[in-house]
Amino acid sequence: MDTLANLALGFGVALSPFTLMLAVLGCVLGTIIGALPGLGPSNGVAILIPLAFTLGLDATSALVLMTSVYYGAMYGGRISSILLNIPGDEPALMTTLDGYPMAKQGRAGDALVLSGVASFAGGLLATIGLIIMAPLLARVAYLFGPAEYFALYLLAFCTLGGMASNNQAKSALAACIGLGIAMIGLDNTTGMPRFTYGNLHLMDGVDFLVAIVGLFAVAEVFFFIESHGKDSAIGVKLDKITIPIRDIGRSTVTMLRASLIGFVAGVLPGAGASLGSFLAYMGEKTVARDKDTFGTGNPKGIAAPEAGNNAAAGGALVPMLTLGVPGSGTTAVLLALLMTLNITPGPLLFTERPEVVWGLIASLLIANVVLLILNVPLVKIFVKVLMVPPWVLLPGVTMISFVGIYSLSGSYFDLLLMVGFGVLGYFLRKMDVPTVPIILGILLGNAMEDSLRRAMVISSGDWTFLFSSPIAIGLWIAAFAGFIAPIFLRPFLKKPQRITD
Amino acid sequence: MASDRILGLVVIIVALAYVASAFQIQASFLSDPVGSRTFPILLGCVVILCGVSMILRPDPEPDWPAASRFIQLGIATLVMIGYAYSLKPLGFLLPTAAAAGILSYQIGQRAGPAILTGIGLSGGLFILFKYVLGLGLFAVPKGLFG
Repeated sequence: MDTLANLALGFGVALSPFTLMLAVLGCVLGTIIGALPGLGPSNGVAILIPLAFTLGLDATSALVLMTSVYYGAMYGGRISSILLNIPGDEPALMTTLDGYPMAKQGRAGDALVLSGVASFAGGLLATIGLIIMAPLLARVAYLFGPAEYFALYLLAFCTLGGMASNNQAKSALAACIGLGIAMIGLDNTTGMPRFTYGNLHLMDGVDFLVAIVGLFAVAEVFFFIESHGKDSAIGVKLDKITIPIRDIGRSTVTMLRASLIGFVAGVLPGAGASLGSFLAYMGEKTVARDKDTFGTGNPKGIAAPEAGNNAAAGGALVPMLTLGVPGSGTTAVLLALLMTLNITPGPLLFTERPEVVWGLIASLLIANVVLLILNVPLVKIFVKVLMVPPWVLLPGVTMISFVGIYSLSGSYFDLLLMVGFGVLGYFLRKMDVPTVPIILGILLGNAMEDSLRRAMVISSGDWTFLFSSPIAIGLWIAAFAGFIAPIFLRPFLKKPQRITD
Repeated sequence: MASDRILGLVVIIVALAYVASAFQIQASFLSDPVGSRTFPILLGCVVILCGVSMILRPDPEPDWPAASRFIQLGIATLVMIGYAYSLKPLGFLLPTAAAAGILSYQIGQRAGPAILTGIGLSGGLFILFKYVLGLGLFAVPKGLFG
């Protein structure tokens, strides 16, 4: 009954009018961010972080706001998938496969409502999963020493890299770029400067917010300039919103199955929501009796990836909160937020700051309900948002990014660094080098090195200590398998291409 | 093909420079078995392996934009750098309107809407940042009105 008492504590925090207002605000912002093509969740959360600081929010409020944005973006991603055939964010790619065909048949409203309900189911089940699993995992996390943490970080990079790119060398390269950038600054252990080349700005290291906003938001502007903002007009009309009760009823089991798959995919460190929606869709396609209608507007093909991606979004919070290892790009950004707020995620967080953890969980439950209300009856308002042309949206995003980063440190140096990261991000993404491992590397680099060095201090330099416990060995094997497996599975798990008319 | 090979080569050169400067890191009297140099050197070695792999097994060529688009991207970069430098001395309104307008023109290719976007964004965001979020921005250069 501990859980119920904790939940009560959480709702006590989350139901204060101010926090509730933040949750609603976050949901609205998140849905808009998710819906706008070219402004994904990691992007959106990253731009909002500096603004959250300028509002002077305390830790719990900032966290509530940002996780509502996070959940909201997962809901919003489907809107442009269904109406424009452009995924609003990466995990929503699978929703285009059946969502857009269904919308073209004149059932855009049905598709939006069905996917909204599926998102709710996925989000709700995942939050319940989080409530059950997080405390358990937090208890296991006490067994983790530096050697286990080092292996865990490695696992995160390996699984993330394995999924993120079609070329293993490129994802490993991305992770190393991030880790290498993290080394810049003062050495945590000895206090000596590394790779600063006498530049005072580099003494503090590279701020991950600068890197995130540069790699995601600024790079996106370059992509839009390259394409002149083509292909972003609404392709189908949306008239009346009705509730397709039959379709919802028929895909209830689908939603449950997809939520389970998505949640598990989300919990795996580094795998994240894209994998969740992908596996949920493919799994559903395999067991369905009407296989051949998938891709032509099958309701199950809409329900499965949406439930899967929202469940994965919840699942990804489990390793982030209990171990401090994010399960996706966006949770990496959330981790950055936590670290900037001086909250160290990990098992101790559950005992020392229960109000933060349970307040967060309670606000996730509230956010889910708010999002269902926003996304089913009020979905038409968000559809209007898609009318904002890219030549207004992208300059706006750029200016907000500049002011956000400027307000953080007030230095030109960070702004230039951000532009530099934008250029870097453009070229790397062009060449299929994933950028999420870079963020993760910058974020976790110092912790990863520290755990290695502490492990070596404990063992006085004996490298076999890294493989000395069953947990560590298991993690090393999983990391190895996670990195190698995609090479062999790729022919079977080819991502379906977007449908083109 | 060629792009991946070039990237691989660049990456190897950068990694070698990185490893070389890792050897230059000053040792401290506080020492531990691993030290400040090992982890960066390890990273450099992994990157070199990645670079070699990219040279040996390059991916298909990505579709690079035409040269004219590259010039556009260069202009956009210069605009952003200029914006970064002018934000403080020139105040918020003017540089923002100019930078947003140019970027908007580059995406939308129409001058009229781009000018309106620049003016609208600069005014709208100023109100948002200054009065809603309470940031200490200056609308116009500080010295102008004493």
